[in-house]
Parts: sequence; C-alpha cells; structure tokens
Amino acid sequence: MILDGKVPTGPITEKWDKHRFEMKLVSPANKRKYKIIIVGTGLAGASAAASLAELGYQVEVFTYHDSPRRAHSIAAQGGINAAKNYPNDGDSIWRLFYDTVKGGDFRARESNVYRLAQVSNNIIDQCVAQGVPFAREYSGYLANRSFGGAQLSRTFYARGQTGQQLLLGAYSAMMRQVGLNKIVLHTKTEMLDLIVINGIARGVVTRNLLTGKIESYVADAVVLATGGYSNVFYLSTNAQACNVTATYRAYKRGAFFANPCFTQIHPTCIPQSGEHQSKLTLMSESLRNDGRVWVPKNPGDKRKPTEIPEEDRDYYLERMYPSYGNLAPRDIASRAAKRVCDEGRGVGPTGNGVYLDFSDAIKRLGKKVIEERYGNLFEMYERITGDNPYETPMMIYPAPHYTMGGLWVDYNLMSNIPGLHVIGEANFSDHGANRLGASALMQGLADGYFILPYTIGHYFATTKLEKVTTDHPEVKKCVQEVQERIKKLMSINGKKTPTQFHRELGKIMWNYCGMSRNEEGLKKALELVPKLRDEFWSNLTIVGEEGDLNIVLEKALRVADFLEFAELMLWDALERNESCGGHFREEHQYPDGEAKRDDENFCHVAAWEYTGIGNKPIRHVEPLVFEYVPLTVRSYK
Amino acid sequence: MKLTLHIWRQKNTNAKGHFETYIMDNVIEDMSFLEMLDVLNERLILEGKEPVAFDHDCREGICGACSLTINGIPHGPEKGTTTCQLHMRKFKDGDEIWIEPFRARAFPVIKDLIVDRSAFDRIIQAGGFISVNTGQAPEANSILVPKKNADTAMDAAQCIGCGACVAACPNGAAMLFVAAKVSHFAYLPQGQPERKLRVLKMVEQMQKDGFGNCSNYYECEAACPKQISVKFIALMNRDYLKASFSDEKSELIRNQLA
Repeated sequence: MILDGKVPTGPITEKWDKHRFEMKLVSPANKRKYKIIIVGTGLAGASAAASLAELGYQVEVFTYHDSPRRAHSIAAQGGINAAKNYPNDGDSIWRLFYDTVKGGDFRARESNVYRLAQVSNNIIDQCVAQGVPFAREYSGYLANRSFGGAQLSRTFYARGQTGQQLLLGAYSAMMRQVGLNKIVLHTKTEMLDLIVINGIARGVVTRNLLTGKIESYVADAVVLATGGYSNVFYLSTNAQACNVTATYRAYKRGAFFANPCFTQIHPTCIPQSGEHQSKLTLMSESLRNDGRVWVPKNPGDKRKPTEIPEEDRDYYLERMYPSYGNLAPRDIASRAAKRVCDEGRGVGPTGNGVYLDFSDAIKRLGKKVIEERYGNLFEMYERITGDNPYETPMMIYPAPHYTMGGLWVDYNLMSNIPGLHVIGEANFSDHGANRLGASALMQGLADGYFILPYTIGHYFATTKLEKVTTDHPEVKKCVQEVQERIKKLMSINGKKTPTQFHRELGKIMWNYCGMSRNEEGLKKALELVPKLRDEFWSNLTIVGEEGDLNIVLEKALRVADFLEFAELMLWDALERNESCGGHFREEHQYPDGEAKRDDENFCHVAAWEYTGIGNKPIRHVEPLVFEYVPLTVRSYK
Repeated sequence: MKLTLHIWRQKNTNAKGHFETYIMDNVIEDMSFLEMLDVLNERLILEGKEPVAFDHDCREGICGACSLTINGIPHGPEKGTTTCQLHMRKFKDGDEIWIEPFRARAFPVIKDLIVDRSAFDRIIQAGGFISVNTGQAPEANSILVPKKNADTAMDAAQCIGCGACVAACPNGAAMLFVAAKVSHFAYLPQGQPERKLRVLKMVEQMQKDGFGNCSNYYECEAACPKQISVKFIALMNRDYLKASFSDEKSELIRNQLA
C-alpha cells in the first residue's frame, strides 16, 4: 500500500497557514463535550495536555511515574533549537528547515520539518512566558550556543538542564489545569493496550502499578506521547522504565510502525564499566563546543593521556571533517569513534573509548569559564568515574540515545487508525534517519503546544463518533486479553529473571543492529530473537502477587513487548538495503567509510503492518519527495 | 568488597515494617548504589523471594525519583548527590549500611523503600505556575531578565522534587521545596503579577498536606542533591508575610467564606 501523508498542497512556506485555515473548527461550547486521553507526561504529553485543556476539552492523562515531572524529557541537557537568529549569524526558518532535512539524511517529510522550523520561535516565546529560566546575556537578552550539526548558534539553554526546565514549564502548565479540574491525572498507571472499536481508537487499558488493578478508559481520541524505544538495547541513555509497550501495543492493534531501524547512537556517553551496568550516562553534546576529541595515533599506546605528546595524537574529527570538526553530527561522530576503536586505537580498560579533552579550552578561556559552562557535567563525570576532567581528559563512547522511528502519522499527527494521535519521540515524523542535537525538545513541544491542538479539533469536527462506554464488548474483550497476558506471565514458573532476558536481548540488538549492520548479522539476529522469546515464555520467573505493587511483573510486561518489537526492528534494518543517517549498512559505504544512500530505491518511509507474532510484517511505503532541499550527498567535510 | 545491608521491608502502608539483613559479596566500586541493589534484587528473585521495591528512573540525578535514606542521611553520604549517582567507591570493605525510605509524616510508605510524594504535586497544582495559556506569549526578547536574576532563578528552579529536604528536616517541613519554586518565579518579571497569590496558595497547601514548619536546622540544604540554598526560605517568608496583608489575602478569605 502506498501511504498518504495528507500533506496540504501549495508552496511549503504557506502549507501550514493554509491548512490551519482549511481545517474545521470545534466551537468553544462543543469542545467540552469531547474527551481526550493522553498517555505520557513528557514534553509532548504535558504540553498537549495543558494546551488542550486550556481550549476546553476534557483531558485525562496517564503516567507510570509517581509524578508527571519525572518523565525522561527531564534528562535532556543541552538545549532547544529555534530560528530566532538573535546572534545575527544568518539563521532563518528556512535554514533550520534545511539543516534538519539534511541532518536527517533526507528521510523525513519536508512539509513536517518546515512546519517544525516555523513554530520553533513560538516555543521559545511560550517557554519564556512560563518562566523558564533560560541563560541570559549581561544585557538581559536571551543567550545562544552552538550545537552539533549546525554552523551557527541557535540553541537556547538553561545550564545543562534545559530538558528539566522545559518539562517543569509544561508540567506546571498542566498542573494548573489539574487544579482547575480540567484535567484528570492518573499517576502510577501504565497503559497496556489500546482499545479500537470499529476501526477507531477509543481508549486504553491500564494497570494501576500500586494495586495491580486492570482498568479501562474510553474517550473520543487517544494521544500517545510515550517516547522512544532505545531500551531495546538494554543499555542506553534512557531512563530505566522507558519502554515500547504503548506504541507496540498500538502497532499490534493495527497502527503502522514507521522506520523502526532508525535509532540514534549518541557519541558522547560514559563508557560501560562492567556487567552490572544498568544504564549509560550521556555527557551533553554541548561539551563538543569546547572539548576536542582524540585517540592515540598508534594502536596499543598505553601511556596516560597527559603523557601522550601532541604529535602522537589523532584529533580524528577535526582531521576528517575540517569544516564541522568536533561538532560533526551525531551519527557521523559515533561511527568515527567506532572506526578508530575498531582499529585498536580506543582507550580505557575495554578499549571502547575515546578522549574528550578540555585542556586547550581551559588554557584558552580559563578554568572559571569552563566551570561556568560545564561545571555540573564535570561533577557528574567525576562522581561516576572517579576521574577529574579538569585534570585528565574525559573518556567517552557512543550509546543508544534516541529513536527517530515511531508510529507512522500523517501531517495531522494522526496514525492510520483514526482517532489515534502520536506526538513527540513516539512518532516517526521530523528527524528522518538522524536527529540533530537540541531538536528533540523542539519537536516534542511543537507537537504538543502548537500542532496537535489544531489538528485534533479538525478530527472531531469531521468525524461522527458513536457513544461508547466501558461496558462495550470490545472494551471488555481488550481488558480480558490483558488479564490473560498477565496470568500467562505469572504462571511460567521458570528460572530466569526479566532483566536477564532483557540484557541478552540488548546484546543481540547492539551486536547486530547497533552502530553498524549487515545482512548476515541481521539474518542471524532474526534467528536469535525468536529463540530468546520462546525461552522467555517458557523459562521466566516472576515473584510476588499480580494484585500488588510488583516490580518484577512490570518489568516482565515491558520485556515481553521488547522481545517482539526487536524482530520488527531487525526486519526494517534488513529490508532497508542502504545506509542513511543512523542506519549504517556496511554493504553500502563510500571508500572513506561514509554512509551511501540509495535514493532510487529507498527514498521513502517504511511503515510496517502487524501480521501476527513471528510472522514477517507487511512493509508499506510513503514516498518522500524533496522539492525544496535537493537530494545531495550529506557532507560535513 | 563485602558489605552488610540492613534494608527496611514493609509490605504496604498499613503493615508494620522491619529491617532485614543481607550480606553482599563482590561489590565492585564502579557500581552505583542502585546497581548494587539491582544485583541484590536479581539474587532475591532467583531465590523466589520478593525483591526490594525502591523508586528510581533516570539514574542520572535529575528525575528526582530515587529516595533512599542511607545511614540516616537522605541520598547518602556524598554531598550534592542523589542516590542514583552515589557510587560504591564511597564505601569500604566490611561496611554496614542501613537503608530506609524517606521518612516524613507527609510521605507515607507505600512499600519497602517507596514513599508517596504526591503532596508535592498538590503544592505545585495550588500555585506553582505562571498562568499563561498556550499562544498568549509575547516575543521572547521583549521580556528582559538581568543575568544575575536569571542565574538566581535557575539556582532555585533546579530543584528535582525528590523530597530529601523533607526527609532531612526534624520537623518534616517542605519549606525548601516550596521556597525554591516561589523564588524561581519571584526573581523573574514574568512571575510578578501572581507573586502574592502564589505564595499564599502554595503555603496553604503545604500546611494542609501535613508538612511541618521551619525552625532553621538547615538540614534541608545539607541534604539537597542540588544544594539549593536556605536563603530562598527567607525570601519566601518575607513574601508570605507581605502577602498576608495584601488584597490577595483578603480575596482568598472572602472566597473561603463564600
């Protein structure tokens, strides 16, 4: 099937304005008759909840955290992009659009990206009005800094805690509506299934994590803002609870999953220290503004970094990509790190590390300036590793960080299931095959504050919805299926913990579907994953009760879905027989090791349809047309 | 290294809790404190016993979920550090470690080491915001904020809402948490229109939720993983006092009587 993204006609600069005018409206008096379920309270979910409640809709919000403020958006460090051009360095909506399309290696929908760049400036305005304490110049005006993948300064930031401050802004806007009784908030409640009635998304089935109670909720529309699936790799920069269940369950109910193989490996994380490791910690990309990345020139050089003289160092990013240097985009910087480590030049106990060195910057700017810029990050590094980065270079290595893939949505952010809207990292839309730094926060808030509130109204105004209650047979059936799934998990009585299975899955995915992939490895993984899944369903152990706070059961439910989802990801990586952005197929590279796209055969979105566990899903395509940013080889040299 | 852990186990809010002792061999110094508990939990599950329930999520010191009292100190011995960022190199072979939940009247234990901190959300809900709807904002640079004020606002705003301040306070007070939010907005021009009403409402909710009052122990600042200063409590007290004699206060009383 050829998918239609429902992109409005006309010049790209006018599409969104024209569409906003053409969309049907719901009158204020009628808005309160519609109920919207939102799952997830990160930047996208919280901003959407606040904005929709302000408009007058009835909103019901779900989060598995004890407080909405703990969603993982909170951990974003570096900043948020906008095309304000305050530094007068040549930025514009057009350039942000251009950089994002190019940065995504021409695998995003042009019209969506242009709209994202357009609303980027409104986001900064909104956040400032909410009291987000962005960094300021001495004059009192807003400060900017540069970031990977851009040659200008368009990033707004609040120390190394930009995600936290933006989330607290959206969270407080949402809590204000909770206080006004416009939003019903359910904490410690996890979505376990999507309710689809007559082909339309009408609700969710949830588990109360404190009591184990399975409940159902119905509404006129469902919005998933449930983030990404990097934890399929077990070790990633994501929080412990991040999982794929909400989007994967929607996929099993018929929603198409787009480009699942597009995962981002972030170049600057603290390397793994041992088997006990539960997560990888990101060191903000902003460090690459002043830090220089290098490895020893010669393999096996075991000297201390401070004892290696200048002539025996290889500042490989500066050497290979002179015009961007240490600010080369994430996928490129990550692969370059892997390459030098594969050559035996990696550093640290495992050999899987490169240096990020601040000694030149400290000489140039003084320790005080560096402390002001990165003090909290340096402290964090020292706490984790025991090394002081003011004295010895940091060691970093790439780690799974963000997933560009997600549920397929049209221009209105609605999936192929009517009524199911997907926003933020959970959808596939704007970042193509690689996301640029400081663009995730921008997209989450764009979707929640400025896009969904318009498009969801159009859906209501143009759709006739039957009245549905939780007594509907489809709702009961869905609840029963969830209960049976839990019963089945509880009754396996095997010998391995959910975490053991998760760790094994992560190793398979990292080895065969990580930073670089090839046909042989992917095919091998397609044999290993189903085997592991079979073992899971015959040898899993869960202790504790079903009707109680049960951390083992919570984990098992999430791992069960990762074990199915992983196979989908592998199929996508295998079938996308080209390299692009974060998806690097070893068979397709230029002699210098750069990714080689195949625009003739793969200039499209791959959206997968579920056909049963263990069966190969059906691959649908949405062709991508590049009218405004001509398809070129993406060079950062 | 080898450690002896005494961990608080409690089936649910109404059950009586007790310490259970676990011996941990082969603890590696590069492990985080929570990774050590992960290892224990894996062992317990394989022995068919219920693992220790504790709150955690981002494991990089920002989400505010983790919440253990370690040897009597919320978030443990390292200054300015959440439990998830505390690493085992801070302990030595043979150590005995006592692990308890955050203890406060307003934070009832849910299970083992997990406590209910929803009171914090209710305080924010009462007034921890600027009432601006999406779309109402003016151009960002039309609101100037002196750098010094922006920096101070950020010092306060970086509160992660973990509740260590409450657990550390002998009175179980939430003054540092509330003061951080009040001060964040008080230092910004955007926060001025609702400044009085905000402090009145947030303090009122804080009292309703059963938090104690401040008697200047300063334990909160010492325990705060973000090292938020108690000077913000002074600012909140000043603001609260001023607001108590304002039109906003009269209006609140009128509304309550009505």
